[in-house]
Amino acid sequence: MEPIRTFSSPTIVLPIENIDTDQIIPARFLKVTSKAGLGKNLFSDWRYDAQGQPKPDFVLNKPEAAGVKVLVAGDNFGCGSSREHAPWALYDFGLRAVISTSIADIFRNNSLKNGLLPILVEPAVHARLLAQPGMQVTVSLEEQLLTLADGTKVKFSIDPFARYCLLNGIDELAFLLSQEAAIATFEAAR
Amino acid sequence: MSQKPRTLFEKIWDSHLVKPPTADTPAVLYIDLHLIHEVTSPQAFTWLRERNLKVRRPERTVATMDHSIPTTPRGADGKFKIIDSQAAAQIKQLETNCADFGIELHALGSEGQGIVHVIGPELGLTQPGMTVVCGDSHTSTHGAFGGLAFGIGTSEVSHVLATQCLLQSKAKTFAITVNGSLRPGVTAKDIILAVIARIGIGGGTGYVLEYRGPAIEALSMEERMTVCNMSIEAGARAGLIAPDQKTFDYLAHRPRAPQGAAWDKAVAAWKELKTDEGATFDREEIFDASTLEPMITYGTNPGMGMAVTDSVPQPTNATLTKALQYMGLTAGKPLAGQPIDVVFIGSCTNSRISDLRAAASIMKGRKVASTVRAMIVPGSMRVKKEAEAEGLDKIFLAAGAEWREPGCSMCIAMNGDQLSPGQYAVSTSNRNFEGRQGAGGRTFLASPLTAAASAITGKVTDVRQLLG
Repeated sequence: MEPIRTFSSPTIVLPIENIDTDQIIPARFLKVTSKAGLGKNLFSDWRYDAQGQPKPDFVLNKPEAAGVKVLVAGDNFGCGSSREHAPWALYDFGLRAVISTSIADIFRNNSLKNGLLPILVEPAVHARLLAQPGMQVTVSLEEQLLTLADGTKVKFSIDPFARYCLLNGIDELAFLLSQEAAIATFEAAR
Repeated sequence: MSQKPRTLFEKIWDSHLVKPPTADTPAVLYIDLHLIHEVTSPQAFTWLRERNLKVRRPERTVATMDHSIPTTPRGADGKFKIIDSQAAAQIKQLETNCADFGIELHALGSEGQGIVHVIGPELGLTQPGMTVVCGDSHTSTHGAFGGLAFGIGTSEVSHVLATQCLLQSKAKTFAITVNGSLRPGVTAKDIILAVIARIGIGGGTGYVLEYRGPAIEALSMEERMTVCNMSIEAGARAGLIAPDQKTFDYLAHRPRAPQGAAWDKAVAAWKELKTDEGATFDREEIFDASTLEPMITYGTNPGMGMAVTDSVPQPTNATLTKALQYMGLTAGKPLAGQPIDVVFIGSCTNSRISDLRAAASIMKGRKVASTVRAMIVPGSMRVKKEAEAEGLDKIFLAAGAEWREPGCSMCIAMNGDQLSPGQYAVSTSNRNFEGRQGAGGRTFLASPLTAAASAITGKVTDVRQLLG
């Protein structure tokens, strides 16, 4: 995994609440045995018509979505199915952060393991981001700061261990494997 | 030394802590039972191979196939025909992974095969006080036995395979207290739909729910599984119910439950698994079962639910407007009477023998409306066999419904069982998200009784009109 430190990007905005992981990546795309290439099916049912043609009105199909790293979405993003294919698809599309007022537990966990930052902001900040699609923002994981286009700095919280892993590009499994002695002791004591 | 009173969740958490959290690291939590299936596990095994890792405790992982398998009748050779080459590759991959890493597999066609959340309890694998995980959000089902059971992603599947542990932050606790008793025609499914309608689909985020109170205690184990199953639809990763005599009676003599002296010892320990007097929850909501009606959803998430006698609410925000537009429904109009195209009775929420008996009690001696396709999909091979021994299959077939092979089927619509764009379905499953049952399909979630009644009339129906 590539380490994450600081990045800047315009935003794309999906002002819809409760976007579930079935919308992020419909189940028919889960019949894969790797995680590569899921970005082309990201938001498939909103993005393509029945003939598979891109719907021009959908935000991901607009020219300004190219190369964008930050998605701003409505409340309770990522609810529903535990499919890790959801963050895989978002990451594969090029996104590195999702900003909302709340983010579902399993999706948040899965995102942190895949270099996709789940960032929670207060409703007032959220409203500004929703109102200005394309706003240039900077995300600093080191400082845990989101900087808006006008220079406003917004502190965000993130699990300290997940932050450490993301900053250093390491995964949690290495840490768990290093706990072997404690695990063996626990098993022996039961 | 007297200990601070603890909730059931806290007791299970404490007894599985390999290492408590520190300022810099989350807790290391031991996992007793790991269930896997074909869709969310292949990449995890790939990562194990890449790192040259073994499965640390293969006897604690059990595999089955359910999500992408066909539920159409077998061919003359007794074999299932898998038309989809991607699904076939995924199924083959699970067989290879289980063989290579020494994991017990209940493969397609075998007598133990079924939906992962149906076979765990059925085999007696799921037991009180356990930590249970699976790469599937409906793992919360297993909390019905008084364990901590939650869905995980594929990265975490690899963590459990390699270390039998997960890194976890401790959840908050939320008591869902249900007093009173259910009236005829109102079921466990209606309780959980009412809970989600009130607290909202994000209302349980960050919490473990504990369902308690007289109406919960009165439920059978299968009904408790229905309730716990949909905890995730309120945003809660887990929901649990303290074990009692019903739990022990259900587990006694199951193939994988403790036997003999070990059983007596286990039951003695299980009896301690309840929230202590004086323990506090971070949040509580109280419900009265005696005021509940049969529930149905009208929108595009499980929180958009109402009594089947109610009218579709006026949209108060953009999300609800969008939902009603997708559903093609008019605010202010009753949902009862809405014509439907499909009835789906199945899924890890409602595909157990008691669910099929409930549906059969309505369909017996009646005919499915000519405009409706009704699919009955048992949760497992064992459920299917039991239903056939009781003649339920004959009742369904005589009514004009389809009697299928076990699997997730149209709940997730990965295997070809799906709605056509625009079709309306009454489903006993757990999600009514846009396209969940097929692109463009429109889902009303309800109980097996409501689904069966709606199949007969061809419209969304209050089952109480058909009860004797």
